[in-house]
Amino acid sequence: MKRRRKLGRGVAVVGVGMTPFNVYKDKDSKDLFVEAFKEMLVSVDKGVDPKDIDALYLGNFTSDFFVHQGHWGPIISDILGLSPIPATRTEGACASSALAFREGVFAVASGFYDIVLVGGVEEMSKRTTEEVAEGLGLALAPYEMQVGFTFPAVFGALATAYFAKYGASREHLMNVTIKSHNNAPLNPRAQFKLTIADLMNQKRENAKKKGEPLPTWKDEKDFLRDPKANPPVAWPMNLYDCCPISDGASCALLVAEDIARDFTDDPLYVVGLGQGSGKGLHAAKDLTCFEATRNAAQEAYGMSGLKPEDIQFAEVHDCFSIAEIIHMEDLGFFKPGEAYKAVENGLTRLDGPIPINTSGGLKCKGHPVGATGVAQLEELWEQLRGKAGKRQIPNKNLRIGGAHNLGGTGGTCTFTILERR
Amino acid sequence: MENRAFSDVSYKQFLNEDKLMGCKCKGCGALYLPPRPICIECYSSDMEWVEMKGKGKLAAFTAIYVGPPSMVAEGFNRKNPYCVGVVEFEEGVKIDARIEGLDTKNPETIKVGMPLTAKFLHRTEGENMKTFLAFEA
Repeated sequence: MKRRRKLGRGVAVVGVGMTPFNVYKDKDSKDLFVEAFKEMLVSVDKGVDPKDIDALYLGNFTSDFFVHQGHWGPIISDILGLSPIPATRTEGACASSALAFREGVFAVASGFYDIVLVGGVEEMSKRTTEEVAEGLGLALAPYEMQVGFTFPAVFGALATAYFAKYGASREHLMNVTIKSHNNAPLNPRAQFKLTIADLMNQKRENAKKKGEPLPTWKDEKDFLRDPKANPPVAWPMNLYDCCPISDGASCALLVAEDIARDFTDDPLYVVGLGQGSGKGLHAAKDLTCFEATRNAAQEAYGMSGLKPEDIQFAEVHDCFSIAEIIHMEDLGFFKPGEAYKAVENGLTRLDGPIPINTSGGLKCKGHPVGATGVAQLEELWEQLRGKAGKRQIPNKNLRIGGAHNLGGTGGTCTFTILERR
Repeated sequence: MENRAFSDVSYKQFLNEDKLMGCKCKGCGALYLPPRPICIECYSSDMEWVEMKGKGKLAAFTAIYVGPPSMVAEGFNRKNPYCVGVVEFEEGVKIDARIEGLDTKNPETIKVGMPLTAKFLHRTEGENMKTFLAFEA
């Protein structure tokens, strides 16, 4: 019988910062993290003296491979002027910075530290697409890699299992893509700021300029069905089902609940924290869900005393369109086999009853893998504090948001619930 | 063969010998493929080798148009996609494998649930033989 999870003492988020996610040819991980750090300092309403920070936890997946640097912790700590405080790198594949956040929460909750900086960074764009695929492939299970799986292929395979079990199709996945692209132009930090309709117009304009025949797409789905506009990557994952290659950094300042008001009158509280680990595809009992997400959700709901219906909005790890559907079911927002219908019916839109990935998600905001987990919490911060601008969720009583981060083929999954009181 | 460790190394050696070998827990009867050193149901380490019959059905699949460098070197690309998937054996366990003999350019014709038979693809890498598990319809 597992005991209900609880923190030794309360922990609050009092500041966040992130770079816009994009391709930065002239910036390295240090430069990116400094940018996120400076934004975080400004975000702390009553200010923080960096010299008061007790420790740094930094999420990073595979800089070892991408830029031949396997030890960013102390280097980032130094560039921020934080040395000699402890700096610890966390690795959880694409969930690396969610693990940094958790370690930071545990460090403060234990009473050992009072003020902790957590974050993540990744620079991916300096490698070719094939090399990036190979680098990310380091997080595949060994048997998947041996037979030639890639990450789009893993999620493509999960999609075929989901389609066969529940009767969904590519057409349903297109609803996820269109929804994410509708949110993205409202987020100034998103890598792709065009809706699918905008993209169609842009391509029509380009064809007109070049004197080529004008494309005859009837609507957005017609565009997404066109293999020339939306080429296949790994059936049924096409280009617009997949997140881009990105660079970026994110960070957050965590403090003990009893000193939170020294930093801001409007802190966010860590009320739910969960993590799980999963098996490779061959060993998974069910190929239409992630056991690790279900465990993370169970821990986080158990700790918070909240239920799925209490989560008013969420960022979920939509590295691929099918992933968003599976996660919403694993987190309990919809019953298994129901999430694709919910998306079709608009329930997850910005103005729907449970907005999902208001930031544009990994799909459009971008996915510098080690930075994603804390960047998701940045979106919760903006939404919960009513600072999300044009993409602000219309609900005037926004109080509770969730963030779900996934690494590997569901090997490491986390779910974090933040509350504004 | 009874003396081989229940490990990936042994699993790959058996593949080189055209044998698909899993292991069974003598304590509780749980079956594992690839083999595991300890039973994750009852924690017994008393295992025995079991040869799989090689018959199964497709549980999930994909046709890959953009592959890793190793597959590109084998001649696979956007014009020549390859199929990989998860196959569920009659014995109940599943495995990741390549799937051959399917119309990968028209993946909508490939169906979850279709029956498949295991085969062994041998490759020479330097002095070493490497075997890939594959299936065909």
